[in-house]
Amino acid sequence: MRIAIIDTSAGRAAVISDGLREAGLDDLVLIDPAGALVAQIEAAKPEVILINLENPSRDLLEDFFAMSRALARPIAMFVDQSDAEATGAAIDAGVSAYVVDGLSKQRIKPVIDLAIRRFQAFSTLQRELDEAKNALAERTTIDRAKAILMKRRQIDEPAAYALLRGQAMRTNRRIGEIAEAIVTSEALLGDME
Amino acid sequence: MTESFRIGFLPLVDAALPILAHELGLAAREDVAIELVRDMTWATVRDRLLYGHTDAAHIIAPLAIATALGRDRPPVAMAVPFVLGLNGNAVTFSIALARAVGLGETLGDPAAIGAALREVAAARKTAGKRLRFGVVHRYSSHNYMLRYWLAGVGIHPDADVEIVVTSPPFAADALAAGEVDGICVGEPWNSIAVDRGVGQIALATAQIWRRGVEKVLALRETLVHERRDAVEALIRALHAAAAHFVTPEAAEESADILARPEYLDAPRDAVLRAITDRIRVVPGGEPIHYPDFMFQYREAANFPWRSQAAWLYSQMIRWDNNVFSEADAATASSVFRPDIYRAALAGTGAPLPGASSKLEGGLDQPIGAGSVQGRLVLGNDRFFDGRAFDPDDIPAYLAGLE
Repeated sequence: MRIAIIDTSAGRAAVISDGLREAGLDDLVLIDPAGALVAQIEAAKPEVILINLENPSRDLLEDFFAMSRALARPIAMFVDQSDAEATGAAIDAGVSAYVVDGLSKQRIKPVIDLAIRRFQAFSTLQRELDEAKNALAERTTIDRAKAILMKRRQIDEPAAYALLRGQAMRTNRRIGEIAEAIVTSEALLGDME
Repeated sequence: MTESFRIGFLPLVDAALPILAHELGLAAREDVAIELVRDMTWATVRDRLLYGHTDAAHIIAPLAIATALGRDRPPVAMAVPFVLGLNGNAVTFSIALARAVGLGETLGDPAAIGAALREVAAARKTAGKRLRFGVVHRYSSHNYMLRYWLAGVGIHPDADVEIVVTSPPFAADALAAGEVDGICVGEPWNSIAVDRGVGQIALATAQIWRRGVEKVLALRETLVHERRDAVEALIRALHAAAAHFVTPEAAEESADILARPEYLDAPRDAVLRAITDRIRVVPGGEPIHYPDFMFQYREAANFPWRSQAAWLYSQMIRWDNNVFSEADAATASSVFRPDIYRAALAGTGAPLPGASSKLEGGLDQPIGAGSVQGRLVLGNDRFFDGRAFDPDDIPAYLAGLE
């Protein structure tokens, strides 16, 4: 069963294709979202197309599916309307699919379920990455604020940190916010003396 | 208890009613909470609606009908109890095509422009480079309006030119990139193309059909069954938003709200021009006033006439080369739900038509029409070629168009 993956995120496409390969589905075609989509699909002749729900090319692709013979009678993935839970999960995860009519549900369902899990895993990964990035950025800001305090007040690092922490506790804000304010005011006022 | 509705929409001026109902507290007045879900393609809006991610959608009417008929997918029963507006779209040519056709600085006559376009289209076809037009979806009123006009002036939409799909937010870009020679899209995307200097407006779709059905509020039929009272409250809120939207004093504030990043994320001036029926036809030109460019409220514009759905069905089979089916025609027509509209607005003073279906395109001037509540006047609803559509005899209508 040949599966084509169209995703505006190359990272997510890689995560999905890895998962499919691990599950023994290795007849995969990664469509380059920056290239000519229609020509690539015509060349690949897939039986299943996995696509991110919010892909900007979806209206165009549906028109192509209706017009061309590259896919013999493609339909939307949700073959069985009674399987509301799985379809809801797919939309929540942000995945959609087109499947050639006639493929049995038993063969499609594992692919869709896997895509859902991988999409969800990718979102979690993305979130953790964002959080890590934010934490890193905050760390840098706190270090810069400490350096400013040490220089201005002629104090050592533990004392500078204690100042930041004390101010954060008194004003009920995060240390990162206090540090941000110090760095900003230094940038604006630092040269005035 | 407050009932909440998640409503999907695309960034278009005619998404105004659910947005304003939410922003101006008109929904809250009916004990309804609206949460808006913005997308970039109609396929995404439809998928969210079908699979319960949203409860209702601002959507192109033919797509709701195609979904109910199971075109290209398993059918899902749909209900359209409220029309969000008539027309408000335009056909915009690239500057090169505008020059070749000799477009003037104002909106011209559809038949005359069509005759000139026919010459250009023929020359391009002979040169092996057919003119290419972008419409927003295969199952869109834009596709059917454009095709109706082209066919009506002797240009076969499939053989003489090429019609491709460009979702609304990308239509002006496609024109700018030279991927298409013309677009048929809703506002503000025509105006944005003109303001960017890459397009000239050839026609308002209101010139093709004076009272053409456009976006609708669509829901899954099962949801309407389960939450009937709440759906009726939502309809009252949208109707109140429509009444407010068309007052001249509301235009500035409506433009402020719609232009915001979370809604249209578009230039305020382009939005305001559409709302006030003022169209800038050529780059740098003065906007011209074209009455009823958008039509959101008067003449019971929000009433879902079954004959409107039937016309869309007639065009669907015309261009998909399907044969007429009595059963499909009945399914398509019954997607539009005047019964729910009447029940929701009974006792409010809103004019409620007595009939559910009418001859489309049969009126030259305003005329009083039968109503079960309020005074109903229907205005000129002509198609540009003067033909009228009788929903009870679709085969004869289609035969007449050949």
